[in-house]
Amino acid sequence: MGSYVLRRLLAFPLLLLVVYAGAVLLVVAAPGEGLETGEKDLPPEVLAQKRAAFNFDQPWPQRYFWTWPKRLLWDGDLPAMRYEDWTVVEIIRAALPVSLQLGVLALGIAVAGGVGVGVLAATHRNRWPDFLATSLCLVGISLPTFVIGALLLIVFAVWLGAVPVGGWGRPEQTLLPAVTLALPYAAYIARLTRNALLDVFGEDYIRTARAKGLPPWQVLFDHALRNALLPVLSYLGPAAASIFTGSFVVERVFTIPGMGTHVVESINNRDHSLILATVLVYGVFLASFNLIVDLLYGLVDPRIRVGAKTQ
Amino acid sequence: MSARDESVWRKLRRRRGATAGLALLALLASACFASLGWSVREMRATRLSEARQSPSWRAPLGTDELGRSMLARTLYGGAISLSLGLLAASVAVIFGTAYGAAAGYVGGRVDALMMRAVDVLYALPYMLLVMLLAVSIGARLEQWGLAGAEWSRFIVLALAIGGVSWLTVARVVRGQVLSLRERPFIEAARSLGLPTHRILLRHVLPNLAGHVAVFATLTVPQAILQESFLSFLGVGVQPPQATWGSLAADGIRLLNPVQFAWWLVIVPCVPLALTLLALNFVGDGLRDALDVRARP
Repeated sequence: MGSYVLRRLLAFPLLLLVVYAGAVLLVVAAPGEGLETGEKDLPPEVLAQKRAAFNFDQPWPQRYFWTWPKRLLWDGDLPAMRYEDWTVVEIIRAALPVSLQLGVLALGIAVAGGVGVGVLAATHRNRWPDFLATSLCLVGISLPTFVIGALLLIVFAVWLGAVPVGGWGRPEQTLLPAVTLALPYAAYIARLTRNALLDVFGEDYIRTARAKGLPPWQVLFDHALRNALLPVLSYLGPAAASIFTGSFVVERVFTIPGMGTHVVESINNRDHSLILATVLVYGVFLASFNLIVDLLYGLVDPRIRVGAKTQ
Repeated sequence: MSARDESVWRKLRRRRGATAGLALLALLASACFASLGWSVREMRATRLSEARQSPSWRAPLGTDELGRSMLARTLYGGAISLSLGLLAASVAVIFGTAYGAAAGYVGGRVDALMMRAVDVLYALPYMLLVMLLAVSIGARLEQWGLAGAEWSRFIVLALAIGGVSWLTVARVVRGQVLSLRERPFIEAARSLGLPTHRILLRHVLPNLAGHVAVFATLTVPQAILQESFLSFLGVGVQPPQATWGSLAADGIRLLNPVQFAWWLVIVPCVPLALTLLALNFVGDGLRDALDVRARP
């Protein structure tokens, strides 16, 4: 176990380097330096000054693999190419908490809603709650998030006027985006829960529990659900990772000033310094997240031996 | 058709969801591709005097903000969406199968190294990389004149989405090959002195077909959905090129309470949702019929 953790920790910087190098190659492969504004040519003096400010006097390997990382992480003074009044660090410091809050809320809704609906569907098998839940899940997986989000916005914000149309900061502004982000994951969790519960209901120990006269809710919560939730638990890792890194679309629909908005804007604007910084943030996040999840598996289910040789 | 194929076919047919899905897919795909000759011209025909018409006899599914027929645009977009999904799935399947089969068949240290690389790649921020790829490589293709503005994004998107979906295929195929490798018929082939590539192509590959088919079917809807996200974010196919996703994204962008052009959203979304549902049903049915049990 110890050596496994050590090996994973050693692989950590390597992984980051791979991610960062890949992003650098893509940035270099894109035509242009990212300094051109597109609409009109900059006066040569301004362009020269900009080039100097972003170290374009250096060859690109030195710029991207030494100067920029140093300015980004050590000095903290690398500006965003399109918003030169802001350093990349300032932008990320403002945006990251927003995306994290949204992600935590969405994950909570996905788990609570998904398990709840799944239990309801399994206990009412082939009756209307089951059919309703199944069809809702199908909608959840077959409509793009931006369509669901826009429909929710029209109904709840425009027609009912119950919540603000967009923005971030007040509690009532967080609900719709979190629900939208959670929906596809809730749908999948509901399906997992339902199927696992139905499997467990067929087991002998459930029959025993019922035969000895336990009330149905106790059979459900103490005996069935505990075992049925294992597949849900192992889906939580990938789900959380993709909820946290996949909020681009939802942030755009609800105009939320989070990481996703900056990622999309920086890529559309060829804002190279912001692109590389966001790639690094997401890389660190995903790598540490995967590590934590893998270690947690071993704690939750002792049958899974972490670090054991794969057959 | 061998006896085994026939039984799989029969099992698949017995599942109502999968059968309905297959029929629906066939219907949608033939409508989209058969009408291409007409829709490819009609989807560009702008009539500004007839902009934003709601569905009527003249324009069965309404018109968009430039007066283009939504019927033509949706049919054409469907053809592009489906091709993109198929292309991405083929890339994922071909590369994933080759990688997984090589790792599983060679085994040992090489296998461990190759699968470790897959583990590492699993932890990449994919949406971000696909977006970067689409923007930077797409622009390069265009600059080099390899493909026009319309098609360079399409090609790059299909390759990029396929290029990030192969990991799961590689894992599944490797697992299968590892168990196949120990089976007597492979041993027999080896003892007959067949060269490795022949064993892999003629004896291992046909036995992988079921697993690969399931994942291919489930990768197509994923690719179509991802393209729609990218279109919404402005890094999908570039106009006048259209997909169901990009049409829906355009509709959403034009949606406002003052002039409520609901058909611009509903019209592309209905076939999109139906296709995704149908593909998921067929994929699940295929998985049950072939009895494929594997980690997602």
